[in-house]
Amino acid sequence: MTSTFPYLTTLILLPAGAAVVIALIPSAQRRLVQVVGFVASLAVLGIASAATVAFTSGYGGYQFVSSHQWISVFGISWSLGMDGISLFLVLMTGLLFPIALAASGERAADKSFVAWILVLEAGCLGGFLALDLLLFFVFFELTLVPVYFVIAGWGHERRGYAAGKFFLYTLGASAFLFVGILALVAIHASQTGVTTFDVRALTDTHLSGTAGVLLFLGFTAAFAVKMPLFPFHTWSPDAYREAPAAGSLLLAGVMAKLGAYGIIRFDLALFPRAVVTLAPLLLSLGAIGIIYGAIVAAVERDLKRLVAYSSLAHLGFIVIGAFAISREALTGAVLQMVNHGLYTAALFILIALLYKRLGTFSVKEMRGLQRRMPVLAGVFTLVMLASIGVPGLNGFVGEFLILAGTFLTHRWWAVVATAGVVLAAVYLLWAYQQAFQGKPTIEAGAVHDLSWREGLTLAPLVILIVLLGIFPGPLLNRIGPSVTQVVTHVEVVAHQRPPQVGSPGVALRTTGAQR
Amino acid sequence: MLRVAFLIPLLPLAGFVILLLSGRKLGNPLAGWLATIMVAASFVVTVVVFAGLFRLPAGGRSYTQNWFTWISAGHLHVNMGLLVDPLSMTMAAFVTGVSALIHLYSIGYMEHDEDFPKFFLYLNLFVAAMLLLVLANNFLLLFLGWEGVGVCSYFLIGFWFERDTASSAAKKAMIFNRIGDAAFLVALFLIYERTGSLDYHTVFSHLGSVGEPSLVAMGVLLFAGAVGKSAQIPLYPWLADAMEGPTPVSALIHAATMVTAGVYLMCRINPILYRAPDAAHVIAIIGAVTALLGATIACAQNDIKKILAYSTISQLGYMFLAAGIGAYDAAIFLMLTHAFYKALLFLGAGSVIHAMNDDQDVKTMGALARLMPITAVTFFIGWLSIGGLPVFSGFWSKGDVLLNGYGFSPALWVVGALTAVLTAYYLGRAYLLVFRGQQRWVEARKPGDRAGLKPHDPSWVMSVPLIVLGALSAVGGLINLPIHPDLDFLDRWLSPVFASRLFQHHWGLGGVWTFALIDAALALLGVALAVALWGHASERPAFEPVVLQRAWYIDWAYDRFIARPSTEVAIETSSVVEAKGIDGAVNGFAWLVRSTARHLRKVQTGYVRNYALGLAGGLVLVLAYVLTRAS
Repeated sequence: MTSTFPYLTTLILLPAGAAVVIALIPSAQRRLVQVVGFVASLAVLGIASAATVAFTSGYGGYQFVSSHQWISVFGISWSLGMDGISLFLVLMTGLLFPIALAASGERAADKSFVAWILVLEAGCLGGFLALDLLLFFVFFELTLVPVYFVIAGWGHERRGYAAGKFFLYTLGASAFLFVGILALVAIHASQTGVTTFDVRALTDTHLSGTAGVLLFLGFTAAFAVKMPLFPFHTWSPDAYREAPAAGSLLLAGVMAKLGAYGIIRFDLALFPRAVVTLAPLLLSLGAIGIIYGAIVAAVERDLKRLVAYSSLAHLGFIVIGAFAISREALTGAVLQMVNHGLYTAALFILIALLYKRLGTFSVKEMRGLQRRMPVLAGVFTLVMLASIGVPGLNGFVGEFLILAGTFLTHRWWAVVATAGVVLAAVYLLWAYQQAFQGKPTIEAGAVHDLSWREGLTLAPLVILIVLLGIFPGPLLNRIGPSVTQVVTHVEVVAHQRPPQVGSPGVALRTTGAQR
Repeated sequence: MLRVAFLIPLLPLAGFVILLLSGRKLGNPLAGWLATIMVAASFVVTVVVFAGLFRLPAGGRSYTQNWFTWISAGHLHVNMGLLVDPLSMTMAAFVTGVSALIHLYSIGYMEHDEDFPKFFLYLNLFVAAMLLLVLANNFLLLFLGWEGVGVCSYFLIGFWFERDTASSAAKKAMIFNRIGDAAFLVALFLIYERTGSLDYHTVFSHLGSVGEPSLVAMGVLLFAGAVGKSAQIPLYPWLADAMEGPTPVSALIHAATMVTAGVYLMCRINPILYRAPDAAHVIAIIGAVTALLGATIACAQNDIKKILAYSTISQLGYMFLAAGIGAYDAAIFLMLTHAFYKALLFLGAGSVIHAMNDDQDVKTMGALARLMPITAVTFFIGWLSIGGLPVFSGFWSKGDVLLNGYGFSPALWVVGALTAVLTAYYLGRAYLLVFRGQQRWVEARKPGDRAGLKPHDPSWVMSVPLIVLGALSAVGGLINLPIHPDLDFLDRWLSPVFASRLFQHHWGLGGVWTFALIDAALALLGVALAVALWGHASERPAFEPVVLQRAWYIDWAYDRFIARPSTEVAIETSSVVEAKGIDGAVNGFAWLVRSTARHLRKVQTGYVRNYALGLAGGLVLVLAYVLTRAS
């Protein structure tokens, strides 16, 4: 906190600047483009890691805050800050971008591809760090453009349709967010005479019940589509399916988290009473998403679409964790955002590796791959088990905290969501059986197993999947205090009593700093 | 001496890691020997810790070792740590001991398999997970081990993944287990909500302030988890299919160790069950019915491994019966002896299957005793043990269960006694069809004769485990003789864990002897029936009704009424609700916009990049407008 290095501004400007530099390199200089792009993304990871090290654990508020007036008449400012909730999302973003570039093969030397990817990184990081609502909105929208071009430019057969659908759908939803932001700022200005977009100031806005609910719905519409939340998800199977590997990976791994992050950062902070009022609705949509996503995934033959539906189910867990309003559940939701990013990224990379070898995403055309590619199959198994939520791997910790915490406040939703645990096993094991087991149909030697380079791309993800399953402590310790602040804020404003854990006298509740 | 307890699960885990990194390089048979040595070393450490615990006074035999914080959030705090107490060490001792023997056996059994190192990699991981399960000091770490053994079971059932039946069986096992696990998870949420902890010690010491309905719910939900893992009604069908795995796997995972985890869990939560008698009764009844059901099906199976699988289901039912009535030490006693004789029977079956060139049908065997004397004799001991013939281990352990069963409710005893007769009968049938009677297979006349067989006893690595397990099956009852109050070693050893919550009907020596005579008579009746019916015949359709061959049609019913309808629901959801409903609405809306915008054709270029530019331009316009308004 005492550090003077502008970590956060650098995190955003570095990839943005690198994108500009790459735009200036002649496109024939492919190696140079590749090196500059990759090094820039690694540098971002380095700065994110340095910020993580410098981050003070045990403190729930914003750190490294940097505020500069931007358009002062409207109180719009370049206002950035990082707390335990955004910290690991930033670090994960920093990790997934170099991996996405490394997994892109020759495309990582296409000038415009790399430039767009770096613009996307700047946008995502800006979204996770912005404390100013308008600044957040700008970054939130900024991410659409590079993703659109990445899908449309480097995608698969139906890329045009998928890119357009994605763009228009998310753009349409964002309109609600924009109106919501302006209305909230206007209400705040009329109450205090101060026009500001700073989320910390806007937290004190007094909202009537109806106004709160309407604004909440406006904000949440944009976030729900971005995640996606059932039933606003149908752009995602198309977009994930048609995007190139890096696109699917970043869409599901990072951008989906912008939506979930928006809910936690803005919905819970700005509209606590509406959150409590509408929690049953959102919890239900999350639970339906878990069951529904799993059911549709169970008959999906296309691996990429299958992962899209599986993501729908997994984000359902995160939504439930966010709206359960308990410390355990929200901590789990934040952790699960990171976990989901890691194993989904790994899954998309593995699927891309299969496509590279077999030219198909359809499990119907795969058979007995375990015999031909034992190492790749082993990695796939591990990632699949993490995604199923097997304890010892990272997915379990988040899922368990979400469900245990939700059980305290919304018991029956937790019970229904737990059924998703069974269903996740059904569709993933089925897909694994189809693709990897049985008698191999391809000749021995026709395809090669994981190469060193591919293994190296996957290694960080695999290591983290195992490590975070056993030592999630360093993350939980930093997420915890911020989560406590958010949950306490909701409880205080909405007059909710914290859930009772244990019999009286047994539980010595340790609440962190009260707001 | 207790401090080294962490090595017990760590050694097999280290074996797993070494095999993961260099299993292929070590190759066949070194990889197998490494894995075996790791488990054997773990057994040695277990013995050391066991001895250390034994030297403590009975009241102080509990030692907790916390490694580090696993999960901490909100009020929840879960450690990675071990609990060393008489119950966990009894489990660890037999798990490591039997595992070491089966590892050794596997070196011979798997010697021609191309994935030899991988087999031992999975096997070591399994042992590590199983040891975490029994040694954990809290429910969540137990659940880690619980899921870990489930995953290893999945890997090993599907070990021969090129066979569709094997991969389907593996998937089926995992899914059935997961159904139970969902209930297990809900139980954990409830325990956490009511006691504020998942640590055994904290949970059990706060049960006094938990209402009985919650306790019953905890008991029933945890039992539902056990039903999946230990193959009880209604989640048992996966175990018969699990026989697709290599036979040592069936012996280790699907007979001796993993499937008994549910029984261990019930014994571990004895403080909960003691306060929730309704839940306990459910356990006893399900256990008794499963015992009988499994035994009836085993009477009519022809696949030697399926006979043993249904027998395992039946024996596990006995253990749940005992746990449900509160006779936990009887449950553990039966679990131990069952581990000996069932592992023995499976390994014997494996040796026969090898000799028969992978044929598993008892109807095509016969008269193998003279060619495979070691296998035949040890299998014979296994039969007498499981059948409960006097002095063999099963006589004492099953007798213990029946004795307490009668004391609790004569109805339970009747079911148990009927099962006892059937048990002695169906394994007699198996033994006689395999080793006695007519030779129903073709002998190889000359070397290289592909159609013929030349059965013989296996090599020493496979024979030694048979002999050791045979000896244990014969005399294993010595650890807990009811005939004299100084000889019930196991009961006294376990008593600090169960304390006054143990159900023990005191019959006096006369009662014990009476029951012993009745048990012996039941066993002899079963043996006599088997010899009379199958001593000289290999086909008796009247005693192998189709309904039993088809396992009461329960698998068929699962498929017909659950699997197929839910597949149809999924297909309908995907093709109608998703494609036509939700996505249809989205595309319909887009179509509506397009058709109303036909008038604006000139700007409708159809290129989204133009819209993107429009977005940027629009944003600029809005900003400009706002700026001019403000200045």
